[in-house]
This record gives sequence, structure tokens and C-alpha cells, in this order.
Amino acid sequence: MSRLLRCHVGEELPIVTLPPVSRLDLIKYAGASGDYNPIHTVDDEAKKAALPAIIAHGMWTMGNLAKLFTPYHEEGFIQDYQIRFRGMVFLGDIITLKARLTEENVQYSTFKVNAVNQNGVDVIKGIVTFAKYKDNEGSS
Amino acid sequence: MFKEAIGKRSSGVKNVVERGAVKKFAESIGDLHPIFVDEEFAKTTRYKKNIAPPTFPRVFDYGVIDELDLPAKGLIHGEQKYHYKRPLLVGEEIICYQEVEEYYEKQGKLGNMGFLVLKQYGETLSEELIFTAEQVVIINETVRKVMSI
Repeated sequence: MSRLLRCHVGEELPIVTLPPVSRLDLIKYAGASGDYNPIHTVDDEAKKAALPAIIAHGMWTMGNLAKLFTPYHEEGFIQDYQIRFRGMVFLGDIITLKARLTEENVQYSTFKVNAVNQNGVDVIKGIVTFAKYKDNEGSS
Repeated sequence: MFKEAIGKRSSGVKNVVERGAVKKFAESIGDLHPIFVDEEFAKTTRYKKNIAPPTFPRVFDYGVIDELDLPAKGLIHGEQKYHYKRPLLVGEEIICYQEVEEYYEKQGKLGNMGFLVLKQYGETLSEELIFTAEQVVIINETVRKVMSI
């Protein structure tokens, strides 16, 4: 359970690679988030907006990236989560989610996080500050 | 037009961290962990209740800022931040509102870009701040020309 607290500076949390982005993924996210901007689901609307094709919601990728921390919910919580949207995500892209511990003290673990596409390009990049519960010290 | 909107704020809107909405959201980001969706499991955790994923506040209604007229198309989401005091609990009621924090322009690859910073707030009914969210919306030159601003 307590893998995050045992992670050392410079180490990565287990990496997650998502299945290729599908249209259904984006339709589901549109429905769940209420973001119905058609550039994410309708080909013609993406073209009208001068995009090469429909693109994933940036918030879909940001939502996915946060799940690297879900298994550690008993140790603490994501206090700060900041992301820059750097590249577009298209249908069929294979996105890999990463988090590397960069700084640690009694209260916080700070991670550099990013989501990379199959070409090695960062599509989002940012920082997660994970606030640690005090009563978790030393537990397994 | 955006500069004048700095500091303008919407009225608070009551939102519920609705169980079904949390489940649907968790599913849409491929994170159906029992901490989000299993009521029995939640009882065994420190929260005693299910919690919502950190990007869930995307679904809330933050009210309308009357003085802010954003175009329906051509906006780019540049940055997003969340700050939490604690996770959101399934079933709780949250008052949400938003304000225009900043607007500035910068010369970029695609011409003169506008950067609009919107800050969103989520409080309990007793006005305890639980989270803030900040989004940077980029408005490109073409869109600004159409809006003649």
C-alpha cells in the first residue's frame, strides 16, 4: 500500500500506457464532463476550426494522468495539480503517463508529471504536490 | 473588453458532488477505483465516504460572469491548476463561483494572443474553501478580430 511514501527522489511511479485514443473515449468524456465542444467529437467541426482532425479534450488527458496517484489515497491527497497543455492528442495516439518524485519532506511529495505520445512528445506537462497525512508515517 | 472584466465575479451556484456523476466521470478517465465508486469500500477508508477525482470540478456550474462575453469557438485551453484543502466527498454540496483574475496579451507564433485567466472557487455551505481552480484560456488573433477587440 505504502509504495509512494517509500519512493525516493528521482524515482518514478509505475508508468501507465493507455490504449489507443478512441472516438468513444472522447464521446464518454464529453458526456461525463459536460464539455461538448464539437472539435473533440465531430470531424467537420474540427476541420472548420482549422485542426487536422478531432483532438482529445486536454482535461481528458489531465484526468487520466491523475490516476497514477489514486492507489495512494490512504497516504495523502493531491493538493496541487498544475498542467500546461503542450500538444494535441489525436485518435489512435498512444499516451503514456509518468510521474517522477523530485522533492520530498515530511508534509509533501512533489512530482514532475507528464503525458507523452507515441512519438515521444509531451502533450501535457506539470507538477503534482501530494500532501501526506501525518498519521501515515511508518505504517506499511 | 477582457481587461474591463478583471475582478468581475459570478454569483455562487450550489452544486452536488453527485454519486452517478462521479462514477461516470471516473469511468471516462479510466479510473474506476473503489475509492470513487464503491460505497462499502469507502467505509473502510479514512474518508468514510467516496471521494471525487481531482479534475472532477470540471463538471460544476460556476455561474455566469455577466461582463464576460467569450466566443463559443476558437478558444485554446493553455493551462489548468487545482488547489485542494481536502478531496471532495461524494454527496456533499459545494457553492461554486468564478472570477476573471487576469487578462494580458503577448506576441506569439500565431500573432497577438490574448491570455484570459479565470479562477474558480468551491466552498462548503458554511463558506469553508475546499478547492480553487485556475484556467488560462488563449484567444488567438483571428478570434479577437472577429470580436473586434
